[in-house]
Amino acid sequence: MKAGSNLEKILASGKFAVTGELGPPKGADVSVIERKANLLKGNVDSINVTDNQTAIVRMSSIAVSAILVRMGMEPNMQMVCRDRNRIAMQSDIFGAYALGIRNILCLSGDHQKFGNHPTAKNVFDLDSMQLLQTLKRMRDERKTLGGDEIEGPPQMFIGAAANPFADPFEYRVIRLAKKVAAGADFIQTQCIYDMDKFERFMQMARDRGLHEKTHILAGVTPLKSVGMAKYMKEKVAGMEVPDEIINRMKSAGKEKAREEGLKICVEQIQRLRQVPGVHGVHLMAIEWEEVVHDIVERAGLLPRPEVE
Amino acid sequence: MIIAEGKPIKDILVMIEVYDKIIVAGCKGCVTVCSTGGEKEVGILSSALRLARQAQGRPLETKEITLERQCDTEYLEPLREIADHFPAVLSLACGAGVQFLAEKFRKHPILPGVDTQFIGVTEEQGVWTERCQACGNCVLDRTGGICPVARCSKSLFNGPCGGSKGGKCEIDSTIDCGWQLIYDRLKELGQLEKLEIIMPVKDWSTSRDGGPRKRVREDLKI
Amino acid sequence: MENFEPVIVAFCCHFCAYTAADLAGTMRLQYPSNVRIIRIPCTGKVDVRFLLQAFEKGADGAYVAGCLEGDCHYLKGNFRAKKRVAVAKRILEDAGIGADRLEMFNMSAAMGPKFAEVAREMTERIRKLGPSPIKKNAGRPKGIEEKEKTQSA
Repeated sequence: MKAGSNLEKILASGKFAVTGELGPPKGADVSVIERKANLLKGNVDSINVTDNQTAIVRMSSIAVSAILVRMGMEPNMQMVCRDRNRIAMQSDIFGAYALGIRNILCLSGDHQKFGNHPTAKNVFDLDSMQLLQTLKRMRDERKTLGGDEIEGPPQMFIGAAANPFADPFEYRVIRLAKKVAAGADFIQTQCIYDMDKFERFMQMARDRGLHEKTHILAGVTPLKSVGMAKYMKEKVAGMEVPDEIINRMKSAGKEKAREEGLKICVEQIQRLRQVPGVHGVHLMAIEWEEVVHDIVERAGLLPRPEVE
Repeated sequence: MIIAEGKPIKDILVMIEVYDKIIVAGCKGCVTVCSTGGEKEVGILSSALRLARQAQGRPLETKEITLERQCDTEYLEPLREIADHFPAVLSLACGAGVQFLAEKFRKHPILPGVDTQFIGVTEEQGVWTERCQACGNCVLDRTGGICPVARCSKSLFNGPCGGSKGGKCEIDSTIDCGWQLIYDRLKELGQLEKLEIIMPVKDWSTSRDGGPRKRVREDLKI
Repeated sequence: MENFEPVIVAFCCHFCAYTAADLAGTMRLQYPSNVRIIRIPCTGKVDVRFLLQAFEKGADGAYVAGCLEGDCHYLKGNFRAKKRVAVAKRILEDAGIGADRLEMFNMSAAMGPKFAEVAREMTERIRKLGPSPIKKNAGRPKGIEEKEKTQSA
């Protein structure tokens, strides 16, 4: 056991894991967090807390993660490279551990141009690969990046993101292998709609033995409307949505769109459970946390296992 | 070379508001090549400023001069001959030139007429793009001659990020994804194995982050 | 603005616009004497500096007249002129002189009537706009005399 977190234990025991996601509020209002967290409680094994996602200023992921710990839930704290240098990152990692956080995801971060402060300076002192290495070094070698011994090393379960659909496709698995070598104990993918392409990606990953070196959780997001499906296809970087999905959402019409979206999501999860090497699912029902329970139940994944 | 872009005329007019006469100094170096601060641009800008001020009822006298370069002391001599007759200089050189003039002409406010942007190349006539960030620690041998600092919007050393789509960067579909370029180039050169190695953490202290930089060649100092 | 007679400079290419001007003359077509014609080998010769200088020297308006697009004697001269006129218009606007005082026209050598029409159109346009803003205040901008001295060398 590296961190002994709930997520780690479930994955280590070979059970199919379910993680959720929580977007912090654009302010200091804690009640939003409590509301969303309570919708996820009992339906997921741990909850991703995003870090100023899309470069929009929100409550910090370390603060929200600490609040979740206080509420008796398990966060997966996301840390992006856009806003912090290595000094701040290592400092926050110490702090996160002290606050009871046990899972950290290392991400590059969306460029600030997308957000509400496009004129900000970006940092990118380290990239996500180097952050993974740093975190692993802090945990296993008990040393900071600069070489100092750490009093009280952070025993974290280290995660990274993978996007099977970004370009260049042939390189994505090599990049995944690099992340695993850098220290990723678990991987969450970008949300998947193109199952065939994802299965090809998983084949390439298995060929390299990556499914034995890391735990891959496949990302899914339920669609609310055909507009949302089209938006994701056209406007969101690194996202692929097959026409078949768009057509299903369209045919459902306005009334039945949500139900169709949930149906597609449940089908996807069921299909993903059959893909060898996929050890769990990462359910991103952003601003639609109410449906998480329904999805997880219909996918046959309730109750969530309790592990020692 | 250094690429710059002329400041808007209205901003320049604000800068020179208090002056009735001014030297407009161009440079025959980089800013000539990127058609921002050479002899022709000095002529156009001076004309525009004269017209604008005349229309405002406050005529402006201009003296046009284009120096060989503004970053070498010897080349500043022609300016020294005329400087005393004017209260200020509007320089169309890059930031280095403007600052050097400020150091060498203590009595004169030196005003920047252009915004210095980047180190780049002429892709085609009229189009200049960024190539180098002067990080002081070149890794081009490892990336097929394409710079991850300058050409990746996030300066990643182990890219591409998840936003790379169709060979373009997530922030602007007209910008090439630097890491797609690196990937393609290494593939072309048969050196894809270079991408299997994790590029180590960058030492930014050789870059602007480490403070203003200096390079000395002792053997050349007289 | 009573009795305001605009001064307008027309940069006309030798092969088309200037020939059209000649033809207008031969055809005894009336066009305002406000227009001073400058013959140039091709509108591609026009530099933004010339256009601005016309206004510095007191023109109330100016235009560039070249061959029809696709028919330039030097192939692309009139396309280059079009872009330069656009740049100069922008500068004139930023300088407070007015982009409308400068224009680009295209015509063939046979289009005598078109030449006359353009001359009339620009004269009327400038008459409505009034004298160039620099004329509000007497005196020519300094710096121009120096330029004339060096340029005549």
